[in-house]
Amino acid sequence: MALVNIKIEGRPYQVEDGITILEAARKCGYEIPSLCAFNHGECNQGSCRVCLVEATGAKGLVASCVYPVNEGMEIRIATPKASAARRTSVELLLSNHSMNCQQCDKNGKCELLHVAKLTGARENMFLGEKTPVTVDEISPSIIRDTSKCILCGRCVARCQNAHGNGVLSFQNRGFATIVAPAGNRPLSTSPCIMCGQCVSVCPTGALTEKSEIALIDAAMAAGKHVIVQTAPAVRAALGEEFGMKIGTPVTGKMVAALKRLGFAKVYDTNFAADLTIMEEATELLGRVKNGGTLPMITSCSPGWINYAETYYSDLLGHVSSCKSPHEMQGAIIKSYYAEKNGIDPKDIFVVSIMPCTAKKFEKERPQLQHDGIKDVDAVLTTRELGDLIKRAGILFRELPDEEFDQDLLGEYSGAAVIFGVTGGVMEAALRTAYFVLEGKEHEAIKFEAVRGFDGIKEATLTLGGMEISIAVAHGMKNAKVLLDDIRAGKSKYTFIEIMGCPGGCINGGGQPYVRPCFLPNEDADILDTYKEKRAAALYSEDERNSLRQSHNNTQVQQLYKDYLGEPNSHKAHHLLHTTYAGREAFID
Amino acid sequence: MAHLQEAAAAKINEICDRHIGQKTPLIMILSDIQNEYGYIPLEVQELVSARTGISVAEIYGVVTFYSFFSLTPKGKYVVGCCLGTACYVKGAQQVIDKFSEILNIKPGETSEDGLFTLDALRCIGACGIAPAVSINGKVYSKVAVKDVPVIIDQLRADAAAE
Repeated sequence: MALVNIKIEGRPYQVEDGITILEAARKCGYEIPSLCAFNHGECNQGSCRVCLVEATGAKGLVASCVYPVNEGMEIRIATPKASAARRTSVELLLSNHSMNCQQCDKNGKCELLHVAKLTGARENMFLGEKTPVTVDEISPSIIRDTSKCILCGRCVARCQNAHGNGVLSFQNRGFATIVAPAGNRPLSTSPCIMCGQCVSVCPTGALTEKSEIALIDAAMAAGKHVIVQTAPAVRAALGEEFGMKIGTPVTGKMVAALKRLGFAKVYDTNFAADLTIMEEATELLGRVKNGGTLPMITSCSPGWINYAETYYSDLLGHVSSCKSPHEMQGAIIKSYYAEKNGIDPKDIFVVSIMPCTAKKFEKERPQLQHDGIKDVDAVLTTRELGDLIKRAGILFRELPDEEFDQDLLGEYSGAAVIFGVTGGVMEAALRTAYFVLEGKEHEAIKFEAVRGFDGIKEATLTLGGMEISIAVAHGMKNAKVLLDDIRAGKSKYTFIEIMGCPGGCINGGGQPYVRPCFLPNEDADILDTYKEKRAAALYSEDERNSLRQSHNNTQVQQLYKDYLGEPNSHKAHHLLHTTYAGREAFID
Repeated sequence: MAHLQEAAAAKINEICDRHIGQKTPLIMILSDIQNEYGYIPLEVQELVSARTGISVAEIYGVVTFYSFFSLTPKGKYVVGCCLGTACYVKGAQQVIDKFSEILNIKPGETSEDGLFTLDALRCIGACGIAPAVSINGKVYSKVAVKDVPVIIDQLRADAAAE
């Protein structure tokens, strides 16, 4: 890459030719306030005008997030003219913004308020008409409030990049412009898969998860037997809510906090992840032996299930009939656990802590309720758990490490822990499939081919004399490639893992926000590395665990012996398996 | 979501295929559909999306950005009154108000009989003949308020004669 000589505030620097002024300034040690620019140009609209600077050779002020540097350019950031222009840009954004900040979900995490402080924006500088507001609270997962939208386009870009067939776009023009699904419809009647990737990039309170904290308060007040379970990816990120470095595993502190919050039992969804592997591996081997529909595709990710039902309803026969792990856990709690403890299932309230907004939608599916009893009653995101712990005044960082409850559903394997990262479900399944087909444990335990963050990972293995090709995709854009091959009849795979979010659950739409401006103790390139760091937290817990394979979970074995019979038995099918149905992209 | 009849769906696909492969086919596709049917409802956008791989949300964004595209059917005669600066100072507001009064519709609306849609346009570049009114591509020059009922009667008679 050719270098060019530039000056910033009169000092000479050399930077790569063609990069934006914003990037160049960052490399030279200057942070220009910016809002719409996000993640190395994933979103670069130049629309918010917050990053205006003076640059020689340009007419007037330029938006530094889109204007490239060139040889000899002199850049001025802190002149009165540029500073005043940036302040005006923010004041204009604030003038069309509902300022009920105290009740905003992004209170304390709002990038608009952050740049308002940086630029010294004053209040009520431009009073007048406001764009008509839409507040969509219909979806069980996501709330969209256009009164908080600054039209930065980050969600539009992320939805397009993750989903591949973006659901959100800019509509209308001029003052009437909004970001919305086609026709400004509710998300729930649009082809939105509820993955929450839009929420995870929104700089303001325009897109947020729908909180279910009140449901838990009500259940506890009503004297219910409230049981909580936590997904693997939560422990890899919850510490971030309390200022801990990204990638710090906080399993023990998380359990300690949940016990102090008054839950009757604190279980790990990992127990059911092991159970999922037993059911899914049996289902797969059954399909292989009996000429069933192949490739079989995993079913743990509710975002992916929503996508399949909307866009690939002809391929639903390929999707494993296994419920997702937290739904299995809920079903077992309200049957096996209830019987063993002599509690009426109607009096049990199951709370799932998930890295995911789509799980909120999933728990409402009619297929996941029996006789009016839901498998899972409430789903909180990792962020909401952070809020709950803070509300209770618990000093998270000072907590001791405590253990999950160990009775009946307490044991879990390292294979279950890695469910939270792309490739993890596949690796867990391979550890067990290897044992079943080869009659012994896989010596290396790890299957490196399915690790890492390539969009599509594939491998061919010989197991029990059979050649098996497998593939792993994360983010719907990548999954689409594999799905189109299946539809065209040219897929060579036996088993495919699909997760809705890029990187898998560790980067789910319910995980703590990763905003460099609020993370002064992280490296400047944290947006490039946070997924690896969270994944490493899970892989390290797997390695610390003495139990590494799902089939060696003795409590799962006991559950089959005492209650379910064997994997895929009639009773297992009744409790642990589900059905899918195609749906229209736009529902009337 | 209502489903289009097969023939209409085939026509939409044929229009898409005319332009697929071009660098930016969407505007051309939407333009042809607008000309063919007079409007581009969501069902049609879904078909275009399926054929081109462009998301419905993006298509909807383009349709609502350009005033040339319409989500709802337009009338047989689309009456576009120029309200650009030159036309405005020459009395265009009174002209569009007269159309509005006689047709009993506001700008942007279509009359109940489906004959007329009234549009307020910004400068159409015909300042020399202000105030200008463009109806289905035919431009009427120096339109006065008293001309409005005459124009409407003529168009109604034309429609009746067809």
